[in-house]
Amino acid sequence: MSDLQSQDYVRRSASTMTPPSARSHEDQVAKLIDVSRCIGCKACQSACMEWNNLRPEIGHFEGSYENPADLGPSVWTLMKFAEYENEQGNLEWLIRKDGCMHCEDPGCLKACPAPGAIVQYANGIVDFISDKCIGCGYCVKGCPFDIPRINKKDHKSYKCTLCSDRVSVGLEPACVKACPTGAIMFGSKTDMKDWAGERIEDLKSRGFDKAGLYDPQEVGGTHVMYVLHHADKPSLYSGLPDKPQISPVVMAWKGVIKPLALIGIALAALSGFFHWVTAGPNEVTDEDEAQGERVLREAESEKSS
Amino acid sequence: MTRPKTVIIRYTAVNRINHWITAICFVLLVLSGLSMFHPMLFFLSGLFGGGQRTRAVHPWIGVLLLISYLGLIIQFWRENLVHKDDIAWMKSIKYVAINDEEHVPPVGRNNAGQKMVFWSMTLLIPVLFFSGLVIWEVYFGAATSIPVQRVAVLIHSLAAIAAIIIWVIHVYAAIWIRDSVRGMTQGYVTPGWAWRHHRKWLKELAAGEHGKPTIRNRP
Repeated sequence: MSDLQSQDYVRRSASTMTPPSARSHEDQVAKLIDVSRCIGCKACQSACMEWNNLRPEIGHFEGSYENPADLGPSVWTLMKFAEYENEQGNLEWLIRKDGCMHCEDPGCLKACPAPGAIVQYANGIVDFISDKCIGCGYCVKGCPFDIPRINKKDHKSYKCTLCSDRVSVGLEPACVKACPTGAIMFGSKTDMKDWAGERIEDLKSRGFDKAGLYDPQEVGGTHVMYVLHHADKPSLYSGLPDKPQISPVVMAWKGVIKPLALIGIALAALSGFFHWVTAGPNEVTDEDEAQGERVLREAESEKSS
Repeated sequence: MTRPKTVIIRYTAVNRINHWITAICFVLLVLSGLSMFHPMLFFLSGLFGGGQRTRAVHPWIGVLLLISYLGLIIQFWRENLVHKDDIAWMKSIKYVAINDEEHVPPVGRNNAGQKMVFWSMTLLIPVLFFSGLVIWEVYFGAATSIPVQRVAVLIHSLAAIAAIIIWVIHVYAAIWIRDSVRGMTQGYVTPGWAWRHHRKWLKELAAGEHGKPTIRNRP
């Protein structure tokens, strides 16, 4: 998304200073996707394309309702269809709207090396400021949900913006507006949690005793949450991570190693400097030159004799 | 100070050109690489025309560095083979550090420190190249899985830091041991330099073990 509002940042990629955050008196928002009410109509996918002016290339039929086959630079949300045979031997069709989860502690933002290319607003939305993106793909490595996709033409990374442009003027995201069954809700995070609680109670009363809310605390919670009928096994839903977390490899790379590396390099350079100041340069003396010449001369005279 | 009439060719023109191509590539890689490593150094990307161009050009310089360094390996591997004298040199490192070379055993063409720089780079540059390929988003972004890329980027950073530290040592040693830089720019050293720092090598040269044309009149 474009840089519509830059005074309500709570996080800013590759920044060692406090981001501009004066206008941060905002509610945390959340999108609640109630998987149990989704009919897989893909109205949300169409609405996303429509509002954001996205037109992915027409692909091929892959033998699945999933279409296109994967998220992409122009596919910011995608219905994923999983067939699951439950304990009673009945088929369950688990349909999940995939896309950016808008983590409270975003791995993409942590990994990003370009200052301000990824920001998080006070309302919790994680947004890519594309003109600052350098196309390195570090966000792809940082993300625990495999969401960002790099465009091969402009070398920029793209993902769902949670319609930050709409939200900033008090509208709900396009997918929410389009959903015909009310499976996608949008509001303050507290309201969404309350609503999810009612839905879960209802699901439990109808025999889904493992129903629950997907708001993974490993990433500090998310601003896109799911109501799942099988909250004990999120991976049933086309590989939704059971315990999403920023990879420890990424944490090491973006955590301790960064300062340690600079300290190490600085120490090496400083050791050199102070060695120079104390031991000083190692210079060839006249005596050395005389000795060196002597060795060469003696060898020469030996050969000629 | 006496000005010796004869000098010793330490590095041929091919050696020197190859070395400086490597050096230029390395410096450019350090600058562009560090800009993508630490936010405080992102400004270095300005030297390359911005973040996008830095990201685009860095891997290509890396390819050039690998090719160039292979040339150095071909030219210098033999003289860097580890010898038992090197252990004696390492044991006398404290005399080396205080410029007291009379207490250091005579050194051949390269001392153990120089060999350490050579072999460290010989290990690190291919590691950097291959880990770099894995994270070269434009061409190989889809070639490996994301967990593999995460490990590759960590290895790439660690190897780069190690290489930078080795490079700092290399550059400082060249400044510290006076007239070494001239060996790699104009190609020659004086007999006194050879006597002081590589006495065994000087004696080998005098005995004609390295061929005649290495000793010539001063330019």
